[in-house]
Amino acid sequence: MAATTADAGTAYRPSAAKRAQLWLANHFAMISAILVLLYLFLPVAYTFAFSFNDHGKTNIVWQGFTWEHWQDPCGVAGACESLVVSLQVGAISTVIATVLGTLMALAMVRYRFRGKAASNVLIFVPMATPEIVMGAALLTIFVQGFSNVGISLGFGTIVFAHIMFCLSFVVVTVKARIQSLDPRIEEAAQDLYASPMQTFWKVTFPLILPGILGAAMLAFSLSFDDFIITNFVSGNESTFPKFVYVASRRGIPAEANVIGFSMFVLAVLLVVGAQVVSSARASRTKE
Amino acid sequence: MSALAQVAGDPAVDPVAPAPETQKRSWTAYLLLLPGVLWLGVFFILPLVQLASVSLQSRYPGFPGYYYRDLNFQNYVSALTDYAPHFARSFLYAGLATLLAFVVAYPLAYAMAFKAGRWRNLMMICVVAPFFTSFILRTFAWSQILADEGWVVRSLDVLHLLPGGQIINTPVAVVAGLTYNFLPFMVLPIYASLERADPRVIEAGGDLYANGFTTFRTVTLPMSMPGVLAGTLLTFIPAAGDFVNMELLGPQRGKMVGNVINDQFLAIPGGYPVAAALSFTLMAAILAMVFLYVRRFGTEELV
Repeated sequence: MAATTADAGTAYRPSAAKRAQLWLANHFAMISAILVLLYLFLPVAYTFAFSFNDHGKTNIVWQGFTWEHWQDPCGVAGACESLVVSLQVGAISTVIATVLGTLMALAMVRYRFRGKAASNVLIFVPMATPEIVMGAALLTIFVQGFSNVGISLGFGTIVFAHIMFCLSFVVVTVKARIQSLDPRIEEAAQDLYASPMQTFWKVTFPLILPGILGAAMLAFSLSFDDFIITNFVSGNESTFPKFVYVASRRGIPAEANVIGFSMFVLAVLLVVGAQVVSSARASRTKE
Repeated sequence: MSALAQVAGDPAVDPVAPAPETQKRSWTAYLLLLPGVLWLGVFFILPLVQLASVSLQSRYPGFPGYYYRDLNFQNYVSALTDYAPHFARSFLYAGLATLLAFVVAYPLAYAMAFKAGRWRNLMMICVVAPFFTSFILRTFAWSQILADEGWVVRSLDVLHLLPGGQIINTPVAVVAGLTYNFLPFMVLPIYASLERADPRVIEAGGDLYANGFTTFRTVTLPMSMPGVLAGTLLTFIPAAGDFVNMELLGPQRGKMVGNVINDQFLAIPGGYPVAAALSFTLMAAILAMVFLYVRRFGTEELV
C-alpha cells in the first residue's frame, strides 16, 4: 500500500519484469481504488439497466428493452405519490433540523455553561443508537403515549422522527465549521463597534453558511433515504423507500428504478455544480 | 451525503480551537440550546423511557395487542435466551462486514489522500454518489447480481469456487450486502484523517530504510487510527441493527435481531414487550461497546 520508490533513482535500467513490479507497487493503491469505485457503482448500473427492462409481472430477470418506463415513471400506482411525500418530508425536516442544529452548534462552540458535557452526550447518543431502536421507541410512544394527545401515525410523525435523527448530524457538521473560524475576525468587528447582532449577521453567519448548507444537504439525504425509522412511524403513509421495500417482495417495478436513478443523476449534478461554483468563487477571491 | 466527511471532522479546514477566553458565559447559550434539547428530549429520551416501560409490560391474556403496566422481567429473560442466536448472528455478521469494509475502504481512502492529486474531488463525489440511489434499490440490485442465474455465481461455478452452488439466500450474501451498504461510512473518516496527515512523515519512513509494509504499519496506520475508529463505529452500529439486508438477501431461517424486532413490532400481534426488551438489550450492548471502544482507543473527535 505504502509503495516506496527507493530504488527508482538507481542508474542501471531494471529488467521488464522488475519494472512491471515497480509500476504495480507504485500504482497499487490507485488500481485498487478504481476497482472499489467500480464495485460501488455496480448496483447503480444494475438499477439503471433494469429501468429499461420490458418486464411482465416481476422486474427480476432481463426480458427485453423498452423506453416505456421512462416515458411514464408515474405509471405505477403509488410510485410518484410516495416520491412527493419523501420530498415534502425531506424539505420540512431539513429546514427545521438545520435551524435547531445550527443554534445548538453555536451554543456548544461559543459559550461555556453548566451542563455542556451532558449536552454533548445528548447530541452524540442518537448517532450511536441503531435506527431500529429509535424506530421502536418512537412507535411505542406514538401508539401508547402521544395518541392520548391526538397524534396518530402518519405524515406528522414521520417529520417529527426525521428532525430528531437529522439534528445530531447537523450539530456535528456546523460545529466543525464554527470551530474552524478564526475568532479574531469577530473580535475585529466588535472592535469596530458592531453590535453583537450585527457581528453575527454580517460576519459570523456568512462565514459559517457553507457549513450550514453542507449540513442541510446531509440532513436531506439522510431523511430522503431513511427506511427503518420511517417504517415504524409512518402508519399508512408511504415514502419512496417504503414504497420500494414493499414492492421488492414481488420485484420492484421499473418505474421505481427510473425515479431512483433520476434522483441519483439530479444529486450528482447538484454536488458537481456546487463544487464548480465554490472553486470558481475561491479562484475569484484569490485574484 | 457529501457532508459525511465532516462527521469525522472536515479535512478541508484546519480546526483552530478558540482560546478559552473567547468563550462567553451567558444565558444566551441556554436559549440557543433549548429548542434542540427539547426536541431530543421529546422525540429521543421520552420514547426511550417509554420503550423501557413497554419492555416490562405484560400481555392481557386473550387480548392480543393489549398490555398492562408491570415489572415483567421475563421479557428480558426471553430476549436473552430465546433470541441469543439472533444476537450472536447480528454481532458476527456486523463484525465481519466491518472488517471487510475496512479492508476494502483503506486502499481507496489512501489513494484519495495521497495518490489522487487533482482527481481527489471527483473521487470523493464517486464515493458518495451511489448513495443518492435509494439504498433499498441498491440492495435489491445485489439480489439480482448474486442470483443463481447471474454472472457472478455462473463464473464462480465454472471455476469450481462455489461449493454450495449458491450465494443469494445465504449469510455470505448478507455480509456482502452489509459491507457494501455501509462502506462510505468507513471510507470518509479514514480519508479525513489520512488527509490531515503530513505526507512528508510517511516519506521519512522510506528515507529511514523502512520497506513499504513497515512504513505502513508503523507510520501510516497509526496516523489514521482516529479515522479507523470512527469508521468502524459508523459501520458496525448500523450494520448490527440492520434487517433490510437479511430480508432482501438472506436465508429464510437464521435471521438477525433486527428482523425479530421489526417482525415482533409490526407483524406479530402481542409482540411489543419482548420486542422492546430486545431493542433495549441491543442498544445497551452497542452503547457499552462504543464507550469501551472509545475509552480503549480514546478519541475526542466523535463527541
